[in-house]
Amino acid sequence: MIETLGLYNYWVFSLLLVIGLFAIVGKKNLIKKLIGLSIFQAAVFLLYISMDKVTGGTAPILLADADTRVFSNPLPQVLILTAIVVGISTTALGLALVVRIREEYGSIENDVIRTMDPDT
Amino acid sequence: MSLSAQLPALQVVVPLASAPLVTLLRVANLPWLVALAASATAFAISIALTGQVLPGTTITYDLGGWPAPYGIVFVIDQLSCVMMLIVTGASTAALAFGKMSLDLQIGTVRAPYFYAAWLLALAGLVGISITGDAFNIFVFMEISSLASYVLIGSGPDRRALTATFKYLTLGTIGATFYLIGVGLIYMMTGTLNLADMASRVGDVSDLRPVLAAAGFVTIGLALKAAIFPLHVWMPNAYTFAPHIVSVFLAACATKVSLYVLIRFDSAVFAPNLAGHDIRFSGFLTVVSILAVLIGSTVAVFENNLKRLLGYSSVAQIGYILLGVSFLSLTGMTAGVVHLFNHALIKAALFMAVACIAYRLGTVRLNEVAGCGKIMPWTMAAFVAAGLSLIGVPGTAGFVSKWYLLQAALDHGPVGYAIAAVILVSSVLAVIYVWKVIEWAYFREFTETSREAGEAPVTMLIFTWAMVLANFYFGIFTELPLGLAESSAKILLGAGL
Amino acid sequence: MSDATLILLALALPAIGAALIPVFHRAPNLREAVTLASAGTLLLVTVTLWRRVSAGSVPDVVLFNVVDGIDLAFKVEPLGMLFALVASSLWIVNSIYSIGYMRGNDEPRQTSFYVCFAIAISSAMGIAFAKNLFTLFLFYEILTLSTYPLVAHKGNNEARQGARVYILLLMATSMVLLLPAIIWTWLLTGTADFTVGGILAGKAEGPVVGILLALYAFGIGKAALMPVHFWLPNAMVAPTPVSALLHAVAVVKAGVFSVLKVVVYIFGIDFLAGSGMNQWLIYVASATVILASLIAMTMDNLKARLAYSTVSQLSYIVVGAALASSLGVIGGAMHIATHAVGKITLFFCAGAIYVAAHKTEISDMTGLGRVMPYTFTAFLIGALSIIGLPPMAGLWSKWYLALGSLEGEYLSVLTVLMVSSLLNIAYLLPIPLKALFGQLPEGQQGDGIKEAPLPCLIAIGITSLACILLFLFPDQLYQLTKMIPVR
Repeated sequence: MIETLGLYNYWVFSLLLVIGLFAIVGKKNLIKKLIGLSIFQAAVFLLYISMDKVTGGTAPILLADADTRVFSNPLPQVLILTAIVVGISTTALGLALVVRIREEYGSIENDVIRTMDPDT
Repeated sequence: MSLSAQLPALQVVVPLASAPLVTLLRVANLPWLVALAASATAFAISIALTGQVLPGTTITYDLGGWPAPYGIVFVIDQLSCVMMLIVTGASTAALAFGKMSLDLQIGTVRAPYFYAAWLLALAGLVGISITGDAFNIFVFMEISSLASYVLIGSGPDRRALTATFKYLTLGTIGATFYLIGVGLIYMMTGTLNLADMASRVGDVSDLRPVLAAAGFVTIGLALKAAIFPLHVWMPNAYTFAPHIVSVFLAACATKVSLYVLIRFDSAVFAPNLAGHDIRFSGFLTVVSILAVLIGSTVAVFENNLKRLLGYSSVAQIGYILLGVSFLSLTGMTAGVVHLFNHALIKAALFMAVACIAYRLGTVRLNEVAGCGKIMPWTMAAFVAAGLSLIGVPGTAGFVSKWYLLQAALDHGPVGYAIAAVILVSSVLAVIYVWKVIEWAYFREFTETSREAGEAPVTMLIFTWAMVLANFYFGIFTELPLGLAESSAKILLGAGL
Repeated sequence: MSDATLILLALALPAIGAALIPVFHRAPNLREAVTLASAGTLLLVTVTLWRRVSAGSVPDVVLFNVVDGIDLAFKVEPLGMLFALVASSLWIVNSIYSIGYMRGNDEPRQTSFYVCFAIAISSAMGIAFAKNLFTLFLFYEILTLSTYPLVAHKGNNEARQGARVYILLLMATSMVLLLPAIIWTWLLTGTADFTVGGILAGKAEGPVVGILLALYAFGIGKAALMPVHFWLPNAMVAPTPVSALLHAVAVVKAGVFSVLKVVVYIFGIDFLAGSGMNQWLIYVASATVILASLIAMTMDNLKARLAYSTVSQLSYIVVGAALASSLGVIGGAMHIATHAVGKITLFFCAGAIYVAAHKTEISDMTGLGRVMPYTFTAFLIGALSIIGLPPMAGLWSKWYLALGSLEGEYLSVLTVLMVSSLLNIAYLLPIPLKALFGQLPEGQQGDGIKEAPLPCLIAIGITSLACILLFLFPDQLYQLTKMIPVR
């Protein structure tokens, strides 16, 4: 029980993942869909950051007493920096698309758009 | 180090570095020219690399001199070569073919950005094909995806925007799922290098996270590869994209994700997860049979030429997966050779459609009716490529079908049923190809299309070159089959 | 000339013709000259090949390897030689006839008609000389595709419907049944070459043989075995020279030829007879013979009646193959030739009637023979040949088929053959007899109807003469069929 609770950041990860997915699928508003997408991606950031945490570990900086120190794994942090950049790009592109859609359709509600162009 | 030793890196670097350069070019035609040059260079490099790999050697290239498993490596074997050739070839052919159509649909103002996005997509797709690092695959995948969102979104129809938005959300979900899967494996093995991962997963004490990872990776990539029933984004994206983008992406974009799926499973999961190959193949068999049947059936009822071809692609991806699902040498060969052949087929078909659209401004069947009489060469190209899609002997499509059926019939009673599915789907292909032929040849063309004439000669030349490639590789099968067979051995040798 | 050159010439000549015909699009006389010239030289080539085959040589040529162990290759054996001779000689006659028919009828798109026709002949040569199943299949499909525009020639709704059935049924059967049969054979035996004595012996047994035979028999849809026959009546919308091509020169003959070839060189007649799996095919083919004749009797449209007659006659050849005996094979092979000359005469006459009098229904033809005596006399000759009465060629093939059924002690088959002959008499003979000896309806004294154009009459004359000559001098034909190495 305690062990299961101790993995709380993984629980949060799963929760965020599902919330994000729900927003993408369930919301009609395109901006809300994008927010869902961001939450969804943030969940994965949390997953990576959680896994690199070493209890009692510090930032991995090479000091004189490096042999005796415990470090957190730097690699997932680097990876997730990349993923964050990807996430930002995606959100930015998505928002740009929403702007264009609003220009063309005058709406950002999916069901309104669908009535204007049935085969989308 | 000589230049030839740097070829693997140049393959990605040339288009990647050309992309920002292109955005600075404000002279008419220059962006296109530079993009074409970069793409052609990449194509030349992949031919050179194929030449090196063909005897059976595998090229390993340490990026920045960091050896595996610490650094990122490019690993080029025969299977990577198939993908490289498809990607760079399709890009070069589409660019060379589509100048006039692109001028019409993109215009000169947006051209620098458009071609920059094109080159980024190319760099990403090539990168996926050759990298040996799981996280690097994600990065390249997102580079190519983001760039292709831009490419598709630049279609002139406003529905291109909604189609892109759908693609963007679903594509991001797919990529993120993949990322979760890779994260879980990294958690258990501490490595991102595919080969290293493959050997270390075996030592993992608790395989449950790896099992979960297999699920995430498979579903994520299936979404990206438009495997039925996760294909919903694809037909509209292909339909409303600029015609030339459809040529490029239809030939290779989904296939690259398919490639990652097959490679990941064969390298990491199949050798280490007990019973994985059976489950994987069972999963693939079911979804691909559904894809084959439903994709073809929807295509039969579709009245928009490009969407018809899009659904046909759903079915054709099913063929590739069916081949893979047999887990036999013949089946795997059939799958890989169909990756190659289907790229030829769909590129030729989309080229012909682009020619029609260039002259008539529409791709709806009832609006292009009678075009066989005013565009005889274009429609003849469509018919010829359509025959290859059906799998008439003497065409590339037949070679795929020959191996696929052989693999199916060699697979016991279940195989017989699968063979029947393949054959029924071929008949459906006859129906939807013939539907287009009847519209094109047996109807009178309408007032709007009467002004139009045959497509420009440059476009026709490249269309026909692609069509003839279909016939060439239908008769001289040595190169694709040789590559496919050694790829199949690589994939099966790793355990799948 | 070397054997290889000759074989390739046989394929290339019609193809070259097809390439040259559009060049003379604006000069119809030159265009037709090209057709006739390629047809003439093609006949020269096939006759040369025939002499070599008669002398006992087996010319062959391998072009290149396509997939593992499967080559694009040609080999001239007696059965294929026979088919090639039939197709190439009838091409000349058919071209002469086409000139009269197409011009007399003012048909549109004549250039593409001659182009597709030439391609169809080229693929018929490919089928005839195919060395293995793959090559056969390749040219079989090309034949289907090249004849599609011919069937759809009229371009109206009816033509589109007919052509749609044509392409769908032929493509579907070949892909769904024939292709798996070929691959299965290849998997079982590791070869797809046509081999004397067959390749399946010892490799397949029991029901597998029967299933394979079914896949081949129905997969070769061009053989029009019931129930995959209905493309043939549907294809009747085509212009008459095309019907002649379909029924006599190339298409259906390519079908039954392929069935014979598969039985002789893939199964091997001894193996097939020994397995007992040929029984069902005998019955299905016999049933087709009778049923198609019965349907033919109900048809008032002349071409439709002839179409069902063809369905019935084709199954004679399938019966010959299914008997799996040397006499059956000889009878079947001879029937390819004799039915061809008989049926082409009938179709030429049907077309001539249409060109001259614009009549398609049999009931409208009473008394027409009085203004078109030559045409209906030729019709009578053709009908007698199909029925199999002396002094017409059709007698010989029926003779050997009957011998074959007696040898195999299939009395039922013998009965079927005889009953079918009676039915033939019932549905074919009344047509020329009523036309020649009946009275024109009141107030219709010919209405200016005269004989068909001269080229049509010449062609009709040649083929009806052939019916008689083949009766008088069947020896060459018999010798060629006897050379078919059945074991």
